[in-house]
Amino acid sequence: MSTKTLEQVEDQFETFQILNEEGEVVNEAAMPELSDEELQELMRRMVYTRIWDQRAISLNRQGRLGFYAPVAGQEASMLGSHFALDKEDWILPGYRDIPQIVFHGLPLHQAFLWSRGHFAGGVIPDGLNIMVPQIIIGAQIIQTAGVALGLKRKGKENIAITYTGDGGASQGDFYEGMNFAGAYNAPAVFVVQNNRFAISVPVEKQSAAKTIAQKAVAAGIEGIQVDGMDVLAVYAVTKQARERALAGDGPTLIETMTYRYGPHTMAGDDPTRYRSSDLDDEWTKKDPLVRFRKFLENKGLWSEEKENEIVDQAKDDIKEAMKKADGTPKQKVTDLIGFMFEDLPVNLREQMEEYTAKESK
Amino acid sequence: MAQMTMIQAITDAMRNELKNNEDVLVFGEDVGQNGGVFRATEGLQKEFGEERVFDTPLAESGIGGLAIGLGLTGFRPVMEVQFFGFVFEVFDSVAGQMNRLRYRTGGKQHAPITVRSPFGGGVKTPEMHADSLEGLMAQTPGLKVVIPSTPYDAKGLLISAIRDNDPVVYLEHMKLYRSFRGEVPEEEYTIPLGKADIKREGKDLTIVTYGAMVHASLKAAEELEKDGIDVEVIDLMTISPLDIDTIITSVEKTNRAIVVQEAQKQAGIAANVVAEITERAILSLEAPVLRVTAPDTIYPFAAVEDDWLPDHTEIVEKAKTVVNF
Repeated sequence: MSTKTLEQVEDQFETFQILNEEGEVVNEAAMPELSDEELQELMRRMVYTRIWDQRAISLNRQGRLGFYAPVAGQEASMLGSHFALDKEDWILPGYRDIPQIVFHGLPLHQAFLWSRGHFAGGVIPDGLNIMVPQIIIGAQIIQTAGVALGLKRKGKENIAITYTGDGGASQGDFYEGMNFAGAYNAPAVFVVQNNRFAISVPVEKQSAAKTIAQKAVAAGIEGIQVDGMDVLAVYAVTKQARERALAGDGPTLIETMTYRYGPHTMAGDDPTRYRSSDLDDEWTKKDPLVRFRKFLENKGLWSEEKENEIVDQAKDDIKEAMKKADGTPKQKVTDLIGFMFEDLPVNLREQMEEYTAKESK
Repeated sequence: MAQMTMIQAITDAMRNELKNNEDVLVFGEDVGQNGGVFRATEGLQKEFGEERVFDTPLAESGIGGLAIGLGLTGFRPVMEVQFFGFVFEVFDSVAGQMNRLRYRTGGKQHAPITVRSPFGGGVKTPEMHADSLEGLMAQTPGLKVVIPSTPYDAKGLLISAIRDNDPVVYLEHMKLYRSFRGEVPEEEYTIPLGKADIKREGKDLTIVTYGAMVHASLKAAEELEKDGIDVEVIDLMTISPLDIDTIITSVEKTNRAIVVQEAQKQAGIAANVVAEITERAILSLEAPVLRVTAPDTIYPFAAVEDDWLPDHTEIVEKAKTVVNF
C-alpha cells in the first residue's frame, strides 16, 4: 500500500466532537436530541460514578473491596455510550466496565461482591441482559457477535454492545468478533475505549495504525473515532450505531479517545512509572465532568447545590451497598459445587457429600 | 432398524435434534452447503435451511464465541471444529468460557453447547488432524467429554449431548467414521452421559478403553480367549466424568485391569482411571494396573503412524504381563 493510500484511509477517521473543553458546542448539526432532564441525568450519572470511583479506591485500600479497575476520566465514554441503549439491549463488559452494567440494572452491592470475589456478584437479576465482566481480554468481542446474531435470529429489536481497551484491539478475538458480526450483518456495537495505555504500554506500541477506528476497515464495517471525554459526542455516535445496526446496516466500531486518571488497577500498579505528569495535566484539562458542567451551567441546568445532592446520594448508596455486601452469607465449597452443572456428575456428587460433611462440623 | 456407519448415525442424530427443537443450530466451517468435510452434516442445510445450518468464517475462536453468544440468547448451538488439533485456536471459548458460564453466574446463565470434532489416527492425515487431545478437555471442570465407538452409541450419545444444558465436547474418531456399519434404530433414543458400556463380558481381566481402542481391545480379547484368558472390555463412552461404578465393579470381579488409550502416555485419561482403581479397589488387585498408550512424542508423521499407534498386539502383550504377574 502506498503512503498516499494509507493517509487517505487515516483521513476517514477524524475525531468526532460536539463539546469542546470549554463546554461550547462546536458541532451544532450533530447535537443529539436530549431533553433537559436527560441532560441532567447524564451529568448525574457521571458525577455519581466519579464519587463511586473515589470511594472504591479508598475502600480497596482499606481492604473492604478486592479487584478494582479505576474509571475516573472515562465517565463520558462509559455512560454516554450506555445512555444510548434500550433497557433490553445486551452489554458484554470488560473488567473496567462496571458503571455500564450498574446503570443497566446490576445492583451496586453485587458489583462490590464481584470485586471481592463472591459468586453472588454474578447472579444476574432476572431479565437483565448483561454478562459478568470479562477478564479474558477479547473474549467479550467474539461473544458479542454471537449474542447479536442470536438477537437478530430471534427477531428482537435489540443490539449487543461490548467494550474493550486500546490494548484489547491487538487481540485475535477482537478482529474475529468484528469480522463475524460483519459477515452475519449482526446488530453489534464494538466500543474501544482508548485510554492510551494498556497497563504500562502506550497505544503507539500496540500498532502502527494511527487510529483504532480504522481497524473496522478490516472487517468491512463502519468505524468512527470520537472524543471520549465528550459525553454528547459519545452518546450521539452510539445512538447512531445502534440505529444503523437495527436498520440492518451492520455493526459499528467506535473508538473513544479517553484517559484514566488513576492506575490500571488497584493491584499495585503505579502510573508514575510510565506516564508523565505533563500528559496527566493535559488530560485533566479535558475532564468530561468539567466541560459538561460548564455546558449545563450555561443552559441554567446545573448548580453546585444539585451536584452536592448527588455526591451525598452516591456516598449514601455506596455505604448502603457495602453494608448489604457485608451481610451476604459467606461462600461454601458446596455452593461452588452446586453451580457447576444442572445435573451433578458422579465425581461432584461424591465431593458434595464430602464437603457437606465438613461444613456441618 | 437400519444399518448405518458411525457418520450416518451422527448425521441422523443431528437431523433428529434439528427437527425436535427449533433452537438447535448447527454451524462451523463448510458444514452448510458442502455438508461437512466428512459429510457429517450432509443434506441438513437443504432440509432445515440456512438459518439453522450454516457456514462460518474460518476462525475457530470466533466459532466458539458465536456459540456462547447464541446460547445466551436462547439457542442450542452444535458447533463443529473441523479437526480437534485446531482446538487450541478456540481453547479459551471451550475451556475458559463456556465451561464456567453457569458457575460464574451462580447458575443464572448456562451454555447448552455441543462441540463436535473429529480426531484420531490411522488414516494418514496431515499434521494436527489426528492428535488425541481429550485429556486436556477431561482436565477442565465444567465440561463433559464424550467419545463414541459404534454407530449405535454415536447416535444416542449425540442426542443426549445436544439435549444437555451444559457444554459437551463430543469427539468423533475419524477411523471409525466409515470402517463398519451397525444396527441403529431409526427412531430417537438417548444414552445417558457418564455411563460406560460393557462391550464384552469376562472374568479374568478388565480392559478399560474408549474410541478406536475399543475395537483393538475387542480384537485382543478374541486372541486372549484362545489362550484361555477371559477378558471384560469396558467402553467408557464418556471419559469425563468417568463411570466409576462400572469400572470398580468389573475390577472387583476380575481382580486385574489394564487401561488402553490411543493418546500418549503422558496425555489422555488412562492415568486417571488407574488412580481411581488404586484408590477404590486396591485390595481386589492381583497385579498392578498397566497402561497401553502411544509413546510420549508429538503425533507421528503420516508414514510412520502404524508403528506408533497402539494396537491389539500390544494389548495382548500387556494383558499377559498382568495375568502372569
